[in-house]
Amino acid sequence: MAFAAFGSQGPAVEQAPRKRSWIAWVLLAPGLAYLALFFLTPFISLILTSLQAPVDFGDVGQFQPAFKIENYATVVSQYWPHFLRAFGYAIAATFFALIISYPLAYFIGVTARKWPLLQALMLTLVIAPFFISFLLRTLAWKQLMSDDTPLVQALKALTILPQDGHLTGTAFSVIFGLTYNFIPFMTLPIYTTLERLDTRYLEAGSDLYATPATTFWKITLPLSLPGIVSGTLLTFIPASGDFINASSSFLGSASTQMVGNVIETSFLELLNYPAAAALSVILMAIILVIVGVYVKRAGTEELL
Amino acid sequence: MSRFSLGKWLLPVYAVLALVFLLIPIAYTFVFSFNASVKSNIVWVGFTLDNWLNICADPTVCNAFGTSILVGVVATIIATALGTLMALALSRYRFRARSAVSLLLFLPMATPEIVLGAGLAAQFLSAGVPKGLGTIIAAHALFCLSFVVVTVKARISSLDPALEEAGRDLYGSAAQVFWRITFPLLLPGITAAALLSFALSFDDFIITRFNNGAVTTFPIYIYTAAARGVPAEANVIASAVFLFAIILVVVAQVTSSARRKRLAKLG
Repeated sequence: MAFAAFGSQGPAVEQAPRKRSWIAWVLLAPGLAYLALFFLTPFISLILTSLQAPVDFGDVGQFQPAFKIENYATVVSQYWPHFLRAFGYAIAATFFALIISYPLAYFIGVTARKWPLLQALMLTLVIAPFFISFLLRTLAWKQLMSDDTPLVQALKALTILPQDGHLTGTAFSVIFGLTYNFIPFMTLPIYTTLERLDTRYLEAGSDLYATPATTFWKITLPLSLPGIVSGTLLTFIPASGDFINASSSFLGSASTQMVGNVIETSFLELLNYPAAAALSVILMAIILVIVGVYVKRAGTEELL
Repeated sequence: MSRFSLGKWLLPVYAVLALVFLLIPIAYTFVFSFNASVKSNIVWVGFTLDNWLNICADPTVCNAFGTSILVGVVATIIATALGTLMALALSRYRFRARSAVSLLLFLPMATPEIVLGAGLAAQFLSAGVPKGLGTIIAAHALFCLSFVVVTVKARISSLDPALEEAGRDLYGSAAQVFWRITFPLLLPGITAAALLSFALSFDDFIITRFNNGAVTTFPIYIYTAAARGVPAEANVIASAVFLFAIILVVVAQVTSSARRKRLAKLG
């Protein structure tokens, strides 16, 4: 059901577009008005807020319109480690999610083709996490990794983890949580491209004496590239802005705070709106640049 | 072929392990919904059915759940209505600025939720709109909209234009062709879009956190409770929703495969 939203489009039947374009604008008008009101103007508000200055002798949370571009320099100098952590964790989580998801998607999309029932069952299990609260799943990992669980005891007995060590509240647990949370977003688009893979290409490869590894690198992987690109974006973008996994009441601690945590605290607790807005604008700009470069290099601009 | 036997088993085993990994926290949440814990549901105390029998023992959990359902339904109606119209326009008409509209619809999906949430909160703050149910619904309908458009568009592009041509050839008016042919064929896509939209809204936390004011949705409740321990009733509600959704998916898959078989026999 929901797969269409992830992978690229199915085989498109060419349809003769009708000419009366005023009808198109009538159909678009309500949606465009909604996007203008709740997507474009919030961006403008965000930029204006990021330039605000405190009201003289005002209370906490009181700001006035200004053009205080120094706000950006202030937040960057104060919070650059949080940006590094956010993108470092997000890249690591994207990598691990890809490693876990690709073989899974390959099995469901190619190997399991002969058994439609198995394929349907496995796909249902891949989307199953969507049906149970994201927060409760993350809390479940926190409890499974907490200090007195058998897992942690075993790691300590094997001296993999020092006696006074913890699993939760570390970079490991945050990356682990991010990886876990975004695996379905990685698996589904890769599955949709692999599911359409024509296995005769693979047969052709082996007929021409290519080893299975060569066939994979030269045929399967390039053909599944659009799925990999959408999957990595669907993982990387939300992971870099996430603040749940890194939060102290979930899998993180004070030393794992990402830029998302700073935005949340600045906006909602410290009521420092300009700082939160400036951080959001910078985060968005970095993501747009990364996504733009990545999509160009991967050569798949047909994402929507 | 025997030398491939290791490779033959490696992939299925890996796939099964990956699925088990995905399901561990779900199983954990389900098991702990039966925990006879008193306040915080962290240590296993003993098996009980009480949590399932008195889901609303703690009314705050139930109220939060009700709020989430309300928000999900209203936001889904808005997003599905606006999104379906946009999808029709984008796939059926050629007009200037078509790619600009596509880009505008793609951007909310490429924007991290925290930026959307902070942007909306900044807007409501500067416009003096008090945060509450209305602001949550407005925000949810926004991020669901793009997903609705993508889902419905995919359905439209898989339609066979010959069916509509046949309708016109048989002197059907434009309205008749739309309501008797196009719309019924689009309905599965619109339903899928609505279900996806509801699921996204129901589980949204990040954007809601910035725009909820004093209103508590189910994810907000869990987040607030996380610091001191989430009661088992929350696990009960989450598990019940999970079972309901899985049954829905299985029924949908069984009926659609039965239909395909029937059609295959006819053809």
